[in-house]
Amino acid sequence: MTVAEGALERTGLVGVDWAKLLGILSIALGAIAFWVALPPLTVRSMAVPIVIGLAGVGAGVLSWRGGHTRLGWTGVCIALLCTLFGAIATNATEAHLEVVITWSALTAATLRFATPLTFAAIGGLFSERSGVVNIGLEGMMLMGAFFGIYGADKTGSWVAGIFIGMLAGAAMGLVHAFFSIQLRSDQIVSGTAVNFLALGITGFIYIDTYGNEGTPSDLPQVPDVNLDWLGSIPPSGLGSYLERAFGGLNLLVWLALATVVLAYIVIFKTTVGLRIRSVGEHPRAADTVGISVYATRYAAVTASGALAALGGVYLSLGFVHSFTENMTAGRGFIALAALIFGKWKPFGALGAALLFGFASAVAPRLQNVEGWATYGTLFQALPYVLTLIAVAGVIGRSIPPAAIGRPYEKQ
Amino acid sequence: MSDTAPPVEPEPAPSLAARFELYQRAGGIITPLLTAAFAFFVGGLVVLFVTGKSPIETYRAIFDGTGLNWFFPWVTGAERDLAALNLQQTLIVTTTLILCGLAVAFAFRCGLFNIGGQGQYIAGMITAAQVGIWLPDLARVPHMVLAAGAGALAGAIWAGIAGILKATVGAHEVISTIMLNWTALWIGTYLVGFGGPLQDPAQEFVPVMKEIAPSAKLNVFWGDPVAQGLHIGFFVAIAALVVFWIVLNRTTLGYEVRAVGFNPDAARYGGISVGRSYFIAMAISGAFAGLAGAVDVLGWLFRVDQTSVQVSSQIAFIGIAVALLGRNTSVGIFFSALLFGALYNGTSTRNLDPTVFQPELAGNLTLIIQGLVVLFVGADVLILYLWQARRKLRRRAPGAVARP
Repeated sequence: MTVAEGALERTGLVGVDWAKLLGILSIALGAIAFWVALPPLTVRSMAVPIVIGLAGVGAGVLSWRGGHTRLGWTGVCIALLCTLFGAIATNATEAHLEVVITWSALTAATLRFATPLTFAAIGGLFSERSGVVNIGLEGMMLMGAFFGIYGADKTGSWVAGIFIGMLAGAAMGLVHAFFSIQLRSDQIVSGTAVNFLALGITGFIYIDTYGNEGTPSDLPQVPDVNLDWLGSIPPSGLGSYLERAFGGLNLLVWLALATVVLAYIVIFKTTVGLRIRSVGEHPRAADTVGISVYATRYAAVTASGALAALGGVYLSLGFVHSFTENMTAGRGFIALAALIFGKWKPFGALGAALLFGFASAVAPRLQNVEGWATYGTLFQALPYVLTLIAVAGVIGRSIPPAAIGRPYEKQ
Repeated sequence: MSDTAPPVEPEPAPSLAARFELYQRAGGIITPLLTAAFAFFVGGLVVLFVTGKSPIETYRAIFDGTGLNWFFPWVTGAERDLAALNLQQTLIVTTTLILCGLAVAFAFRCGLFNIGGQGQYIAGMITAAQVGIWLPDLARVPHMVLAAGAGALAGAIWAGIAGILKATVGAHEVISTIMLNWTALWIGTYLVGFGGPLQDPAQEFVPVMKEIAPSAKLNVFWGDPVAQGLHIGFFVAIAALVVFWIVLNRTTLGYEVRAVGFNPDAARYGGISVGRSYFIAMAISGAFAGLAGAVDVLGWLFRVDQTSVQVSSQIAFIGIAVALLGRNTSVGIFFSALLFGALYNGTSTRNLDPTVFQPELAGNLTLIIQGLVVLFVGADVLILYLWQARRKLRRRAPGAVARP
C-alpha cells in the first residue's frame, strides 16, 4: 500500500476512484494549458501554460502510480504535448493566432471534414462488427462520390443522386461480401481488389462521360440547412458563435450526426444489432441458435458499402460540387483508422473522425499565416501519429470483434 | 450440428500464409495465368461495350507502347529504336515494382500484410536522395552503395515500427502501416515543400530537393543516360529476387519466418520467437520498399519533388497486386512485375497512341484489370473448387484424359 493510498483510506474516500479522476484531470489540465495561450484569452506569459501543464503531468504521474497505467501515461503525454504547444503559442503574435483560431469557423470546418469520415467509419462499423474486415471502404466511398454526381447530373435531382451513389457503393459492398463470405477469400485481399476496381470503374466512366472538361458546374447540390435563429440566442457572444458554427451546415452533415446516433441504437439496442454482433463475435454459436451467419454478414457488408458511399456523395455533391479522379484520396483508410481508434463504437468513431477533421480544418488556416505554411503541412501528420500511439495501446487496447477476418464455413 | 454437441470454439482460420501455401499447391502456374487472361478478357469486353473500339487493336497499341515488340526480330529501323526506348521505360517501372512486390511478399510469407509500402518507399527515397546530396566528393561505387543502403535502412526502420508494435502490443500491422504511410506522406511533403528543411535553397518557389551528386547516380547500361535510359537498378532488383529466394528457402531466418506465417501458435510451440520473426519480417520487407524508393531517385528521378512523394501511393499499391499475382515467389514476382510495369507504361499518355485509344481511359482500364486479378487471385476457394472438380472428372473417366 502506498503512502497516498494510506492517506486516502484515513479520509474515508476510498470508494471514489481517485486515480482515474486524476488521469482525466491531467488530460483536462493539458488542454487548458494550451487553450489559455489561444484566443480569446491569449495569455502572453510562457509561465502560465507551463505551470498548468506541469500540474497536468503531475496528476498523470499520480494516476499512473495509483494503478491506471495507461490513462496516466496518456495524461502525461497529452499534458507534455499541450504544454509545448502552449509555450510555443505564447511566442506567436496575436494577429497570427487570430487568423488561425476562429472557433466558430473551426467548428464548422471540423464538422465538414469529419462528415465523410463519419459516414464511412459507421459503414465500416457494421461490416466489422459482423466479422468482415472492410479495407474496401475507400473504393466504396469513391463509387458514391462519382455515381452521386453522375446520378444527380443524369436525373437532375440531388435526392436521386444520393440514392444512385449509395446503390453503387452497395454494389461494391456486395462484391466484397460475395468474395469474402461466399468464396471465403481473404477479406483484406478482397477489400484491396474493391479499391482497385472502384478506382478503375469510376475513372473509366468519368473520362468516358465527361472527358477532360470535368463535371458540369450547374449540377444540383445537396442544400445547406439554414439555422439563422441560432444567432438570437443570448448572450450575444454565444449566439453569434452558434450561428457561425452551426447555422449554415450541409444537410448531410446533420445526417451524419444522426447516423451515429442511429447506428448506436441499431447496434446496441435492437435485435438486428445483437445478431450482427453475435455473428462477429462467435459465428458458430450464432449459427447454432438459428441466426444465418451468411445472410447477416451479407446485409451488414452491403449496408456498409451504402453508408461509405454516402460519405463519398457528401464529398462530391455536398462539399466540393464536382468530381475528380481518385477524389477520396485515402479518406476511406482514415475512416478505417477512426473506427479502430474509436474502438468499434459509434460515438468513439465520431470522436476520432472529429479529431481528424479538426486537423484538416486547422492545417489550411496555418498555411494562411506568413511563415507558418510549412508547419501547416507538418501538422497534418499529427492525427496519424496520435492514432499510431492509440493503436499501440497507450490510450487502451482496441479489442476487435472476436471473429473478425475469419471466413465462416457452414457445417 | 446436433443439440447435444458441446459449444465449439470458432476454429482459427488458416493464416494468410497457410492459405497461400495451399493455393500454391492447387494450380501450379496455370491459375495465375488463367486469372490474368480472364482479367484481360473482361477488360476487352469493357473496351468493346463501353467505348465501342476494337479490343484487339487497343491491346496491340498498348503492347506496342510497352516496347515489348523489341523482342520480335522483324521489328526494325526507327520502329525498333522507339521500341527500345519504350522497353527501357517499361523495365524502369518493372524494377520499382519488383522491389515493391517483394516488400509485400516477404511480409505475406510471415503472415503479415504490409500495406505500408508507400511510407517505406518515401522514407527510402528521401534518405537516399539526402545521402546522394551529401558527400559529393565520394567515389562513385561507395557513394551509390551508401545511398542505396541508407534508403533500404530507412525503409526497414519505418516498417520496423509497425513490426515492433505488432510484436510487443499486438497492434494490427494493416492499421499501423496505413498510419505510417500518412505520417511519411505529410512529413515528406513538409521536408521537400516550400520552406521545408530539405528544399533546394536555390529554387525558392519550387517544392523540390537539390539534385543528387553525379557520383551517386546509377550507371545507365542501356540507352541514353540523359534521356532516362535503363539503369543498373534493374540488376539490383534481379539480385533482390535472388536474395528473397535464398533468405526464405535456405536460411534459418527464412524457415522461422515461414513457420510463423504458416501457424504462429505451432511456431511458438516449436521454440521460435514469433515476435522477433514479425519484427524481422517487417524490417526486411520495409528494406525492399525503401530500396525501391532509393533506386528510383538514384536511377532516374535524381531529385525528389512533392509529386514524386505523392505518386508513391500508386506504385506501392500496384506492388500488392504484383505480389498476389506472383504468388509471393521470386519467379512469379518477376513476371507479374513485368506485366504490370508494361501495363502501367503502355497505357501512359506518352506511350499509347491517342488515335487508337485514349490513354486516360486505358490507365483506368489497367486499374480494372488489376482489381480483377487481385479479386480472383484472392478467391482461392473458387480455384480449389474448380481444381477438385477437374480431378473428380478425371477420376470418373480415367481412360478419357491422359494422365500427365
